[in-house]
Amino acid sequence: MADNRVPEIKSVEAPEGVEGAGFFATSLEKVVGMARANSLWPLPFATSCCGIEFMATMGSHYDISRFGSERPSFSPRQADLLMVMGTIAKKMAPIVKQVYEQMAEPRWVLAMGACACSGGIFDSYSVLQGIDRIIPVDVYVPGCPPRPEQVIDGLMRVQDLARNESMRRRNAPEYQALLESYNIK
Amino acid sequence: MTPQDAAVAPEAPVAEDPIKAQNSQVLALLTRLFGADTFTDVHEPYGLLTATTTRERIHEIIAGLQQDQELKFHFLTTMCGINYPENPSQELGMIYHLHSLTKNIRLRLKIFFPVADPVVPTLTDLYNTANWMEREAYDFYGVIFTGHPNLIRILNVEDMDYFPMRKQYPVEDGTREDKTDLFFGR
Repeated sequence: MADNRVPEIKSVEAPEGVEGAGFFATSLEKVVGMARANSLWPLPFATSCCGIEFMATMGSHYDISRFGSERPSFSPRQADLLMVMGTIAKKMAPIVKQVYEQMAEPRWVLAMGACACSGGIFDSYSVLQGIDRIIPVDVYVPGCPPRPEQVIDGLMRVQDLARNESMRRRNAPEYQALLESYNIK
Repeated sequence: MTPQDAAVAPEAPVAEDPIKAQNSQVLALLTRLFGADTFTDVHEPYGLLTATTTRERIHEIIAGLQQDQELKFHFLTTMCGINYPENPSQELGMIYHLHSLTKNIRLRLKIFFPVADPVVPTLTDLYNTANWMEREAYDFYGVIFTGHPNLIRILNVEDMDYFPMRKQYPVEDGTREDKTDLFFGR
């Protein structure tokens, strides 16, 4: 070996805690939040052009795998993050809702692009004017279509949510009321 | 081309447009098969022979064109509905595009009928592709095709209770409250 440089490996920083010789103590919530945030498995619900942009995000150049989202889950039961990308027609709305209902807690939703956020340019009798009419949305990514950088930014905001929220979000009364308002059991 | 040539150009014999010649042949054949008073409003926009007929005769005409040994209109390219609310008792229409694959001839036929009585004979016994297109026309315009085997909505949600492409209905979503006409020049 000509040079003894250590390769620069980026890893997740340890959460706040008490360090000492041979031990490290922190709260369980922080550890679980760290684990959840760095292994978000997205379920790409891609219907149109934004789906193509997401494929670019998954490609080697933008590389969504860096965030632990290596495996896009095409089964809702193993997914943490529902990414709705593209126009959702009113005929498609029940299917989106069914996919959301089949996801296990903890689950987050990212609406990508103008159509998923608000119906976009399709202010039409056949298009759902934003997926937040049928399911709760955590992060909105604006743009038509958003660049891969914006998708990554949205994903990092979902990571912030996952890292910092309570482990028992599902049991919080606010969350129960929110799901109740969407008629989701 | 010099200016002198341009001056004499109109006197030179003009070669006849082959599309026009073909269209006049097809039209002559149509009038011979179905009678001259069957077709009204015959014109050729962009070289596409277009004629208007009546819904009573449309099935017979298209069946005749399909079985005709000379023209062989074996392909129904398109059929679609249209709505002109300003034409009394002719509000709805159906437009048929036929294509003869062997002769490479295209033909467009139109029929118009009142919105209160939107009943048209089906073409599913002639062309299989008419099945899908007629369901679409029923879905968006409410045209009833007598004899269609399965006339139900195909593209819109099943519980829709109106025909969205009729111009009496707004195209926009009725539940939006955040849009003002200020930004849309209305």
